Amino acid sequence: MSYQIVVCGGLAPDPLQTLEPVFDTVKPSLRNELMLPAVFDPWAAHALYEAGHLARKHPGTLVRVVSLAPKAKLQQVMMTVAQKLPFELAALDGPGGGFTDAAATAEALAEAIAAMPDLDRSRLLLFGGWESATRGAGVVMQRVAERLGIREQFLAVDELVVEPDGALLIKERVEGGRHQISRCASPPAMLAWATGSLPEPPNHPQTGMANMRVILPALQKARPVSLAQTAEFVRVALPSAVRQTRIVKDVPAADIAREIAEWIRQ
Amino acid sequence: MEKVLVLLHTLDGGLPAAALETLGLARQLGAPWDLGVVGAGATAAAQSVSGGAEKCFAVEGEAFAASRYATDAAACEAIVRASGAPLVLAPDTLRFHRALPGVAERLGAAIDTHVVAVSGDGTIERWFYRQRIEAGLKGGQRPWILLIEPGSQPQAEPAPGAPPERLEVACETRTSVEGFSTPMTGEQTIRPDAPLLFVAGAGWTKKQKDGAVHLEEAAQLILDFVRKSQCSLGSSKSLVDLSSEGQPVLPFLTHLHQVGQTGSSPRHKKGLATCCHGEEPHVVGWRFIKERRAVNLDPNCGWARGKADVVYVADAFEVMRELLKLL
Repeated sequence: MSYQIVVCGGLAPDPLQTLEPVFDTVKPSLRNELMLPAVFDPWAAHALYEAGHLARKHPGTLVRVVSLAPKAKLQQVMMTVAQKLPFELAALDGPGGGFTDAAATAEALAEAIAAMPDLDRSRLLLFGGWESATRGAGVVMQRVAERLGIREQFLAVDELVVEPDGALLIKERVEGGRHQISRCASPPAMLAWATGSLPEPPNHPQTGMANMRVILPALQKARPVSLAQTAEFVRVALPSAVRQTRIVKDVPAADIAREIAEWIRQ
Repeated sequence: MEKVLVLLHTLDGGLPAAALETLGLARQLGAPWDLGVVGAGATAAAQSVSGGAEKCFAVEGEAFAASRYATDAAACEAIVRASGAPLVLAPDTLRFHRALPGVAERLGAAIDTHVVAVSGDGTIERWFYRQRIEAGLKGGQRPWILLIEPGSQPQAEPAPGAPPERLEVACETRTSVEGFSTPMTGEQTIRPDAPLLFVAGAGWTKKQKDGAVHLEEAAQLILDFVRKSQCSLGSSKSLVDLSSEGQPVLPFLTHLHQVGQTGSSPRHKKGLATCCHGEEPHVVGWRFIKERRAVNLDPNCGWARGKADVVYVADAFEVMRELLKLL
């Protein structure tokens, strides 16, 4: 069976960047937000790699990425992501970042997916990260799926196996370092991925060039989106705790071990 | 303060700690409150804590025993509608985190997750950018569903009360829950109840002073320490990623051990990092670790720059060998 996989993924600041919030009651932001180097959101990236893996095993499967982000930044990031595996892009030109409204984001993404040409919902697998590295709420994928009428939903997925009868065997993380194993008889289904088990694919420039032939026109056609904000921010700040680190050096290992042991027992 | 619905689920027939924390927060707010419980044994569990609740609801039955989106969402939707409370407090367990955003969509409600504080004036606090920025916000939309971060509130003492009204809920689903699997055999991953988090960084798998990699000894030292100290075991992303890059790895570490940007953010009283540089993507997962110490050969590592209380500049192999003698 071939699938239509739609991966929802936004952008996040490169995790090595220093983030400084700028307070605004309606929509806080990050200082120099548009200048910060960005990456494809890490958990959404895992979802994309899993989508590519599934597509390779099921010929005829189509992978499409839906992304809501400032168009210029999205183009920069896509130059890298496009080298990983073949996919098509549906771009929405709008605000990214952690302080945007999750419900409005979900509405925009669901509309973009519903408007995709040749969308076959009986073969639809909706992928995304279980949380973003920005808002970190973990609610957008469920809202998108609900809007698309998908009631088979899975969160924090680490593994998907397609059984011979077409059923989807899915491992979701649950508390206590365990996985819950569920069997979903057939698509459509929404899988919000945790890290999965696949490595990041190496860059493949030829794939990148082929992808960009489709992605660049999609970026040019990106629909502008504005997101309504329902919450009012009363405070946005960096955590204040900076520790006065005590450096212990040139001390025998036995002494260090003794100090650590005492600390553990306290 | 407006009326609150405390929405809980059972676990193994009883209420998990996270449920009692959410209940404790609701009682502390001092607002009138309803109670709703979903899952196996929901009726008995609801009655065990319904003291003080204005209305009490339960949804149980074979279909609602397992954690599954379709059935959980249907049950929670029915309870929220039956209560009509504008504010819903629920524990941020994976079961509810999966189900309640969809319920919010069905009800036209707002939802916020990982909430660590709720004040009487309706302001909540939560983190953004993976615990790097904290914010307080007020929701203008009702109903407003708040998922309360486990470990962030004191637990309530159970106070029995009236039996719940049992709601009959119908739901169709194509998903069956087959069971559970544990990736590790005997080695714990992040256990919230452990007082200490021990993080093994990528340095354990690198060449040591003699120019060789000592993977077996590293594994033995780490496992002995975990067993003797009964601590949680975590890893940095770099160590987890080595496995996918074909480099030598500690065989018992999986993505479930990962702490940081794309891993967990556990809440332990103490944390000990070894052979880990303390780079920001990993350290964001330490936001809720109160006392932090690190063992690293580099005195200029990230831990030394205000991220740990104590940094021991030493060979982790030597320190751990000595430490095991003392435990």
